[in-house]
Amino acid sequence: MIPKSGDRFPEKIMLETTTARQRISRGFGMKTILTSLALLGLVLAGTAAAPTGAIAQEEAHSEAQPTHFPIHEPKEMDWSFAGPFGTYDKAQLQRGLKVYKEVCAACHSMKLVAFRTLEDLGYSEGQIKALAAEYTINDGPNDAGDMFDRPGIPSDHFPAPFPNDQAAAAANGGAAPPDMSLLAKARGVERGFPRFVFDIFTQYAQGGPDYIHSLLTGYDEQPPAGMEIPEGTHYNPYFIAGVSLKMPNPLSDDQVTYDDGSPQTVDQYSRDVSAFLMWAAEPHLEARKKTGFRVLVFLLLFGALVYLTKRKVWAGVAH
Amino acid sequence: MSEGHSTYTPKTGIGRWFDARMPLPRLVYDSFVAYPVPRNLNYAWTFGGILAIMLTAQMLTGIVLAMHYAADSTLAFDSVEKIMRDVNSGWLLRYMHSNGASFFFVAVYIHIFRGLYYGSYKAPRELLWILGCIIYLLMMATGFMGYVLPWGQMSFWGATVITGFFSAIPLVGDWIQQLLLGGFAVDNPTLNRFFSLHYLLPFMIAGVVVLHIWALHVVGQSNPTGIEVKSKTDTVAFTPYATIKDAFGMLVFLFIFAYFVFYLPNFLGHPDNYVVADPLKTPAHIVPEWYFLPFYAILRAITFNIGPINSKLGGVLAMFGSIAMLFLVPWLDTSKVRSAVYRPWYKLFFWLFVIDAVLLGWLGSQPAEGSYVFMAQMATLFYFAFFLVVLPVLGLIETPRRLPNSITEAVLEKNKGSGGGHPARATAAPETKG
Repeated sequence: MIPKSGDRFPEKIMLETTTARQRISRGFGMKTILTSLALLGLVLAGTAAAPTGAIAQEEAHSEAQPTHFPIHEPKEMDWSFAGPFGTYDKAQLQRGLKVYKEVCAACHSMKLVAFRTLEDLGYSEGQIKALAAEYTINDGPNDAGDMFDRPGIPSDHFPAPFPNDQAAAAANGGAAPPDMSLLAKARGVERGFPRFVFDIFTQYAQGGPDYIHSLLTGYDEQPPAGMEIPEGTHYNPYFIAGVSLKMPNPLSDDQVTYDDGSPQTVDQYSRDVSAFLMWAAEPHLEARKKTGFRVLVFLLLFGALVYLTKRKVWAGVAH
Repeated sequence: MSEGHSTYTPKTGIGRWFDARMPLPRLVYDSFVAYPVPRNLNYAWTFGGILAIMLTAQMLTGIVLAMHYAADSTLAFDSVEKIMRDVNSGWLLRYMHSNGASFFFVAVYIHIFRGLYYGSYKAPRELLWILGCIIYLLMMATGFMGYVLPWGQMSFWGATVITGFFSAIPLVGDWIQQLLLGGFAVDNPTLNRFFSLHYLLPFMIAGVVVLHIWALHVVGQSNPTGIEVKSKTDTVAFTPYATIKDAFGMLVFLFIFAYFVFYLPNFLGHPDNYVVADPLKTPAHIVPEWYFLPFYAILRAITFNIGPINSKLGGVLAMFGSIAMLFLVPWLDTSKVRSAVYRPWYKLFFWLFVIDAVLLGWLGSQPAEGSYVFMAQMATLFYFAFFLVVLPVLGLIETPRRLPNSITEAVLEKNKGSGGGHPARATAAPETKG
């Protein structure tokens, strides 16, 4: 803009000074904000670094008094049911059932699992009837008003080894052994950042069976010198809630006889029973993954078609 | 905007008969076919439709789940397991519902952040924004009560902790808490009333959604430039333009949702909720669902007394205050410019706020001990500073970038210079990469 006459000149100067002052005040405001922001950022970054250091220190100073459990993270195993196309290995589930029946069932109930569902493991109807009949079920009252015992039928669930939780606790040193129906989903060691982000892409959902397997094979390890193990408990560095647990080492080599030639080792037993417990907790896993694949393929194809349609619709419109 | 210029002309006799008596087809036509939408909406604007889909999906799966669920503390856990094992496709319904809640919140957070970024709450859309905040509050109540229903360990202890907040309120706190619980502790009466309310609230949400959409259709949608629609060339018809774009956005969202439902159904849950509720056994760490974690972190950040306010009440006030901030946003933000696209400093602070919210979420999942507490306090400070200091002050001192005269001009400018015609944007970009 060209100044038209001399008398407008002072006004212009005034105008310019105001803008300059405004600019200065703005610059000052920005600078203050920026500085305080940078400080805040530094403080946050500093505090973010601090806890990791503190934890590392804690761990270093007393191996005998750990504060975070489990002491060792569960070992990640290969499971047939992992990944988008995972399926249960029926032979493994049958072996796992055998381990459950012969070892775990002495103390652990599995009350949500019905005999009829063992069809998933590859058993015929006859085999399931025979298996159910091995159990005695307390039923009733009958027409006379009495409770009575009868052999199990496929619609029955696995009977509990103890009449109630109090009896279970009394027989096991004060802590009732947990029901096993959902154990493989009810145990999971926190993965922490950034692993839980990677888990989304690797579809890691085997924290439960990994934990159970590690726990069952973890009894061999010796506690570090100076660690106090409470009486009546057993050291296990994989236990999620302390240095030791009430359950003694339940498995030993050759304890359960396998008829399919699989190795009769603690490691194999642990794998098999962990896989079996995953099935018990998530019996529809195969159907879920199979349906999921179809759904995703459908959404992908339909999405692609809709995207092409969208491009065509918007082709003539700048946006 | 939609008032007064309906272009609907019924083609059939039945159509005319209806139109003269109850013009529902006209309403649908005007709202979802002829309704003018800004031509420059990006995919962030598809989340309204996505949320509508999620609400519908939650209600449908929820209604069927309620047919099989037993709201009784001795039966609830096993009835959920019966759904998972014995009900036809029960596992699918239940996983869709539990993950659906999470994805409902994913969508609503993106929706809210979109509103914050583009200044969608500014006049004349204050009421639209507040209705959205009410929906969000109702969603939180619904989500919280829904999480209690499976009656697992986290259900029980989460309910114990959260209802415990109310006892911090002076004078009436204990009374409110007992009213919520139906007793002195979480028990069967709590479960019964939570189930009843969990069934009721979604219908209330649907009611507020109707108001939300009504308000939207009166004021019209905002858009990435934040400039009001000025002429016909600024808009396109809802159908087919917005319909097809929304449909694509929904399918992408559903793809990610399905990935979690089918492959990682328990990823967003907590293992402890597969253990039946036990009032005598407290879990090592009680954590709420992930979508409450930032607020949980704010609650626990107040570890000190402020005058007559003890730390417990202070925490509760800070937590409710952090949500109340959202309601005040239309009046806290003093800037005349809506969109962060033209506000370089606001853009920077917006992304810092996003980082802060995520950081608070992470802190909420960590035990409240050691330096986590201090970090949570700093992050809480920034959270409130964003609303109470940054929003009002920035609007007064920030120099916005030049605004285009109209949406059409902005669109044409963008299409012409795709690549490098924007020196101002180029300089602003490095700061926003965060």
